[in-house]
Amino acid sequence: MHNKTLAELAQGLANGAFSSVELTQSLLDRITTEDSRYNSFISITHAQALAQAEAADVRIKAGDAAPLTGVPIAHKDIFCTDGVRTSCGSKMLDNFIAPYNATVIEAFNRAGAVNLGKTNMDEFAMGSSNESSFYGPALNPWDTDRVPGGSSGGSAAAVAARLVPAATGTDTGGSIRQPAALTGITGLKPTYGRVSRYGMIAFASSLDQGGPMARTAEDCALMLNVMAGFDPKDSTSIERDVPDYSADLDKPLDGLKIGLPKEYFSGDIDPEIQSAVQDAIKQYEALGATVKEISLPNTQLCIPAYYIIAPAEASSNLSRFDGVRYGYRCEDPQDLEDLYKRTRGEGFGDEVKRRIMIGTYALSAGYYDAYYLKAQRIRRLIQQDFVAAFNDVDVIMGPTTPHPAFKIGEKTNDPVAMYLEDIFTISVNLAGLPGMSIPVGFANGLPVGLQLIGKHFDEARLLNIAHKFQQATDWHTKAPSDV
Amino acid sequence: MEWETVIGLEIHCQLATDSKIFSGASTAFGAEPNTQACAVDLALPGTLPVFNDNALKMAVKFGLAIDAQIGKKSVFARKNYFYPDLPKGYQTSQMDDPIVGIGHVDIQLKDGTTKRVGVTRAHLEEDAGKSLHEDYHGMTGIDLNRAGTPLLEIVSEPDMRSAEEAVAYAKKIHSIVTNLGISDGDMSQGSFRCDVNVSLRYKGEEEFGTRTETKNLNSFKFMEDAIKLEVERQMDILEDGGEITQETRLYNGDTKVARSMRSKEEANDYRYFPCPDLLPVMIDDDFIDAIRATLPELPDARHQRFMEQYGLSDYDAGVLSGYSDTAAYFETATEQCDDAKLAANWVMGELSKHLNSNSLEIADSPVSAEQLGQLLARIKDDTINGKAAKQVFEALWKGEGGNGEGAADAIIEAKGLKQVTDSGAIEAMIDEVIAAATPQVEQYKAAEPEKRGKMLGFFMGKVMQASKGTANPGQVNKLLKTKLDALCD
Repeated sequence: MHNKTLAELAQGLANGAFSSVELTQSLLDRITTEDSRYNSFISITHAQALAQAEAADVRIKAGDAAPLTGVPIAHKDIFCTDGVRTSCGSKMLDNFIAPYNATVIEAFNRAGAVNLGKTNMDEFAMGSSNESSFYGPALNPWDTDRVPGGSSGGSAAAVAARLVPAATGTDTGGSIRQPAALTGITGLKPTYGRVSRYGMIAFASSLDQGGPMARTAEDCALMLNVMAGFDPKDSTSIERDVPDYSADLDKPLDGLKIGLPKEYFSGDIDPEIQSAVQDAIKQYEALGATVKEISLPNTQLCIPAYYIIAPAEASSNLSRFDGVRYGYRCEDPQDLEDLYKRTRGEGFGDEVKRRIMIGTYALSAGYYDAYYLKAQRIRRLIQQDFVAAFNDVDVIMGPTTPHPAFKIGEKTNDPVAMYLEDIFTISVNLAGLPGMSIPVGFANGLPVGLQLIGKHFDEARLLNIAHKFQQATDWHTKAPSDV
Repeated sequence: MEWETVIGLEIHCQLATDSKIFSGASTAFGAEPNTQACAVDLALPGTLPVFNDNALKMAVKFGLAIDAQIGKKSVFARKNYFYPDLPKGYQTSQMDDPIVGIGHVDIQLKDGTTKRVGVTRAHLEEDAGKSLHEDYHGMTGIDLNRAGTPLLEIVSEPDMRSAEEAVAYAKKIHSIVTNLGISDGDMSQGSFRCDVNVSLRYKGEEEFGTRTETKNLNSFKFMEDAIKLEVERQMDILEDGGEITQETRLYNGDTKVARSMRSKEEANDYRYFPCPDLLPVMIDDDFIDAIRATLPELPDARHQRFMEQYGLSDYDAGVLSGYSDTAAYFETATEQCDDAKLAANWVMGELSKHLNSNSLEIADSPVSAEQLGQLLARIKDDTINGKAAKQVFEALWKGEGGNGEGAADAIIEAKGLKQVTDSGAIEAMIDEVIAAATPQVEQYKAAEPEKRGKMLGFFMGKVMQASKGTANPGQVNKLLKTKLDALCD
């Protein structure tokens, strides 16, 4: 059962081939036995999952089922889940039982989906390898000596290892697309404002966006149908109709204009990734698309701009973790300053502290103009690059990452090298655009992702473009040999 | 050399919205600690702010009332600092783009002149919670009920030159926000708090001296005292050749002592930046015009109208027009008795005396405006005299005569206070008094004609006594004079 896609499982539930309880139990059993190899879950919610499955079976019998009713999925441990520990991968929230549901969780509950548990992640979503998790790194099912990417590494590993058919992730600088690429699955970061951020623990508010991770574009569409929509509780969510993302998946790609930014095909890129991506582009040409070289001239500036803006916002967003109201509190604080210093010193890991310090510095009096305001100006330039590019093309393509999955520990002592792995994904967040990663081959036996970047609110088109490729190829069906 | 005091004010005015500025929790005062703090106010992970439109409308109302520029694009910014009653670790406020820009108010000075005080800006922000240091055995209790309550911070130009001017300005702002209905202005509950910036310089000098800020003055009296104290302190230092340290000070109104809270060096770097969870607030002329249409009459306009419509003096019109409750009371009473001056005298005299000694607001007066007006109507139509009217007022204050209309008449009736205007009856009483007071009559007769007027008082008193206070004093006076003067011929 674990090899079936979300769509196939939904089908099986609808036609009574199996019950949600049977399906849920079988996946829970599989997670229990297999996840020790991947560490992809932080919490497994057995009891709640089975209760939800029973309720789903009732709904299905009553003919009251929605498309995902009874289908088990998992959620990145960044989404507050009522009554369930929501740790955000941090010691700081190891004892935090969320008293409310994120809007995304609420939407899946309404749809009748079953929540199997909360997946591993980089601490507060800060990382590209899952190594900053308080719960230890999630491991890449293709090679457990390697990282699954991050920050949504647990969701990616769980989907790649066939522990769950789909999971939610969040993407601030590539945190859905990069792990999707490194684990050979399909992931979509929607347009900023498309999916509610309410209840999604903030890293960098102006960049964070939740999205689906699954094995196919078709499944991502089913997930996004539940996740997308305006939320009055999130002032940055956008009041705009949500299309049926499954409706246009099969639309032909004749006349599709693909832009290939020359900046995404030069520099330090693994040659096998280069060739896998080139092959995928050829496949698109075979499907009726035309290809054009474009330029995104400010690509090189995206990492420095991002590493000012995101830490600046994070330094403020993470101030609430002070040991006063919830979460970790240091032992026996002597006074207020001691409470703050030790709570935060002991509760946060190194990467989080590094970014809080960078952000605090960048916002400080005397540095604000030189760093924060300049980074915001660069952000506008990057947005303008995309606006100009989309005058000529419908979709932009390139490699999701410059390299395949790296070894655990390989880059932990070199944060900048780690940051550079996100060079192709970060600008998409800075511009607020939707982006996808789909598997298109292998480099040294490790999965390669192709990134698709769309215009604002063009998720349906991206899913269609990804789906047509997956109809014509079988990269997305490949599983690690021992899974 | 003569010193000149320079004062600027920052007023934190709590807006009278039902719910908080960024959450749906209630803003009602006095609930059990932490019962009015929702997930957003507690800053639970993942929660997000949603801006309360009513706070925006109230801020725009204020801006229009002080003739200010309204920010068509205003931006919320985060002011970052750690404090246990600041749940998010930042206060959401406005920095570069406030909702209200440059405006002004006019204050009336004691010498009868008017002075214009500039308002630099007014911006929206959220209040913090409260730290409670008592009753927790060396620990601190945190009450987040107040966290997220909307505040309008109103910043003045350094235009005031004395404690009196500063108080007059603060009172003017207070009367504007209460008149607009955007704040209850209750200073004892912290709805209207003043921070005062004070500096000294030699008269005629352009440069400002180093200033200090005294925070959270929650009564006009404290404010006046604190400023005077600070002016003296600075003057002492400067005259001894010392320098003023830029610092934040705290004034204790009970002990009348101020102390330094923190110096400039200890001040936080608040690391302001635009709040990424809130979009810029965009408003257009239609929005502003719609709010302009809802503006009530403001104190200055009402002041003018009271002088013109009712013929009140500048002073009386000023006192009665400052607050809408007082103004409405006065106007209702006037309507009932058709004598604005009489109503003005009673509202500012007898009524205000009673309210003050009982610490009551006019809205809570046991004597309604209608009741007072009907009582005054009885003075006007000569049913009772002024002395009896005070007795009736006392009775009304105590709730005698029932609460409804006609209470004054009922009391007049029950106490037999109706004025005697029958000349025959009055003459009879006068004759009796004159007959019984031969020595005084003789003195009267012996006195110089121009001194006799003063001597009339004795006979007046006797006659009023005989009538148990019900005789019409004017009539008594007139008849007495005629009869006594007749005896002198």
